[in-house]
Amino acid sequence: MSLAKRIIPCLDVDNGRVVKGVQFVDIRDAGDPVEIAKRYDEQGADEITFLDITATADDRATMVHVVEEVASQVFIPLTVGGGIRTVEDIRRMLNAGADKVAINSAAIFNPAFVQEACDTFGSQCIVVAIDAKKVSVAGDSDKWEIFTHGGRRETGIDAIEWARKMEELGAGELLVTSMDRDGTKIGFDLELTRTIADSVNIPVIASGGVGELSHLTEGVVSGHAEAVLAASIFHFGQHTVQEAKQAMQKAGIEVRL
Amino acid sequence: MAKHVVVVDYGMGNLRSVAKAAEHMADDQTKIIISSHPQDIDSADAIIFPGQGAAKACMQALNETGMIHSLQKAANEKPFLGICMGLQVLMTHSQENNGIDCLNILKGDVVQFNLTAHPELKMPHMGWNQIHQTQEHPLWHKIPQDSRFYFVHSYYVMPETPEIIAGETTHGTKFTSAIAKDNLFAIQAHPEKSAESGLQLFKNFLNWQP
Repeated sequence: MSLAKRIIPCLDVDNGRVVKGVQFVDIRDAGDPVEIAKRYDEQGADEITFLDITATADDRATMVHVVEEVASQVFIPLTVGGGIRTVEDIRRMLNAGADKVAINSAAIFNPAFVQEACDTFGSQCIVVAIDAKKVSVAGDSDKWEIFTHGGRRETGIDAIEWARKMEELGAGELLVTSMDRDGTKIGFDLELTRTIADSVNIPVIASGGVGELSHLTEGVVSGHAEAVLAASIFHFGQHTVQEAKQAMQKAGIEVRL
Repeated sequence: MAKHVVVVDYGMGNLRSVAKAAEHMADDQTKIIISSHPQDIDSADAIIFPGQGAAKACMQALNETGMIHSLQKAANEKPFLGICMGLQVLMTHSQENNGIDCLNILKGDVVQFNLTAHPELKMPHMGWNQIHQTQEHPLWHKIPQDSRFYFVHSYYVMPETPEIIAGETTHGTKFTSAIAKDNLFAIQAHPEKSAESGLQLFKNFLNWQP
């Protein structure tokens, strides 16, 4: 009897609507974040992450309402990422019913913000999102760097050192996304996930590249992740969260069933 | 007659999530009120005492609201549910923040996980873990033995009297994850984030007549 490894479906939300297509056969409105979140909750999701990909401030206010709606009907932890830049942004999301926020670019432009956020709200609700790409060439030892703007802009920051630094500043959890694997469906960058997970004491969520159930299992077994995040594998009805958990359990991983 | 349940607001933690979960399980006769006024605690039929963050900040915030006396009184008199930090600050003393005196409603200390023997385990203890119910209790009604609840914490309570232990959980070491004493029940996990098991616990609390 011990802590279960977590499965976290992730929803991209633009102006209050889920994008990237969610196709449950018997869902009335596949763009409604509340309906989709409820569905994942019923399937046994351990948490749900919303990624606000909206550009404008007006639309961000819409995200607050989405969180409020979901939080009054879904009673599992909710994380909101995207556009979290100030203490006030965090407060709004937590007050709306989010349990954690994921800080991404703001951490890179101003690392002290992570510390300020943790001091103000506690480490338990601060997730730092790390978008990393492999920069080493074949034959060299592995090296990853932090990229921004959806993987287009390099920062020159070493991903492993960055992860350690975020832990020192108080982050409660790290969401590690391989920008090389994101959207490829060929599986996590397991070396990246494992190298970071073994370098810090806080939990690591593996993200980027899940295309089949075995990838989730690999993320835990070989990637040493505490939790695995996936989007399309669940959105398109390819697999339910429940099936994913059964597959992990079969592989000897402790899950909440 | 309407029943008033007060969720104690001292500026710490996700009290809206707690209130929403309680509201979700409350019948028409039950009102869930978020309040930071001592008189509301005095007049409430039942108290939900959430909490999050560091022990020192929680104790400071409690001192500033002037609610401590009312809370101590309520904890001896009416149905009282402590959640997470709302369990820890009920104890005598916490090791957190270089040591801080707490409400001393229950005798015992709050200590940090020591995982030196378990380098593979992460800190905080975050996620879904099982609670082994160590005694029968109305708040465990319809919640299967060893059900999983959602936890987030780095410290845990060590009550002086083992009789008050109502649940235990293991993360490297076995620790007390729920306590029960007369009209008081407190849990280290977050029932407001623990899906069916957590909602059932709120339902049980709202129906509880100790």
